[in-house]
Amino acid sequence: MKAAVIQFPGSNCDRDMAVALNQVTGNDQAQMIWHKETSLPDGLDVVAIPGGFSFGDYLRCGAIAANSPIAQAVIDFANKGGYVLGVCNGFQVLTETGLLPGALMRNAGLKFLCKSVGLRVATASSDFTSAYTKGDVISVPIAHHDGNYTVDDATLAQLRDQDRIAFEYVNNPNGSVADIAGVLSENRRVLGMMPHPERAAESAHGNTDGVEIFRSLAGALLSA
Amino acid sequence: MKARVHVMLKNGVLDPQGEAVRHALGSLGFDGVDGVRQGKVIDLDLAETDADKAREAVTAMCEKLLANTVIESYDIEIA
Repeated sequence: MKAAVIQFPGSNCDRDMAVALNQVTGNDQAQMIWHKETSLPDGLDVVAIPGGFSFGDYLRCGAIAANSPIAQAVIDFANKGGYVLGVCNGFQVLTETGLLPGALMRNAGLKFLCKSVGLRVATASSDFTSAYTKGDVISVPIAHHDGNYTVDDATLAQLRDQDRIAFEYVNNPNGSVADIAGVLSENRRVLGMMPHPERAAESAHGNTDGVEIFRSLAGALLSA
Repeated sequence: MKARVHVMLKNGVLDPQGEAVRHALGSLGFDGVDGVRQGKVIDLDLAETDADKAREAVTAMCEKLLANTVIESYDIEIA
């Protein structure tokens, strides 16, 4: 599995993401791609957009990153069926590019939230979640100020009809519509989520509930 | 010429920051504030001298970057 992690000024979960990916990539170490690049390496399977505060969250979280030079290459990659995982700020970037619907607003309680939360796996039918069982409750850390997922009623109905809600909060921490913590694209190959699976990916983290996302992907790519 | 862009959350989108400001005003004794919406003002200095062309350009900027039209509306003043 060939993976790349995009780095923006202000990304701060890029190395954690690479470490999590490297657990499952085998001999291919994840490549770090600076945002000024205008193309992605050939033969890539997965692009990860990490958490952090790209461009200092200026204007809106993820807005400037979504218009940086590498963004068009990521959009093209996704449109060709490539796998894209956006976590936290990466999820915000993906909504800003339009690869995922909706937007992430300021948390309803206005506070920055940094804690582990319970997540319900809302669908196992995606190459990111196939190693879970639908309904599984896992614990994954969140660390965000703007994780309040907002989407209009028509799009929410579409997300439900198409089984595209990947994860739901057990106890909604931030006001997200329908407790949504992560959503999939229509082709199910782009996943955006506010919680940080890369921070629950090895025993030293004290919690490995998030590792199945990376294992699911690696498994899908092996059998492809 | 100059352009001023007002970016506001769309009607119907709950504005948690505006709500917090409303509560704070109430606790300071300012009664009768039924609603607060908080937005952004962005001032642009443009080389363009034609008002229509400036408006067209700023509209494109709003659609592409300055506003997130999923949740925000914008209003442009050209002067």
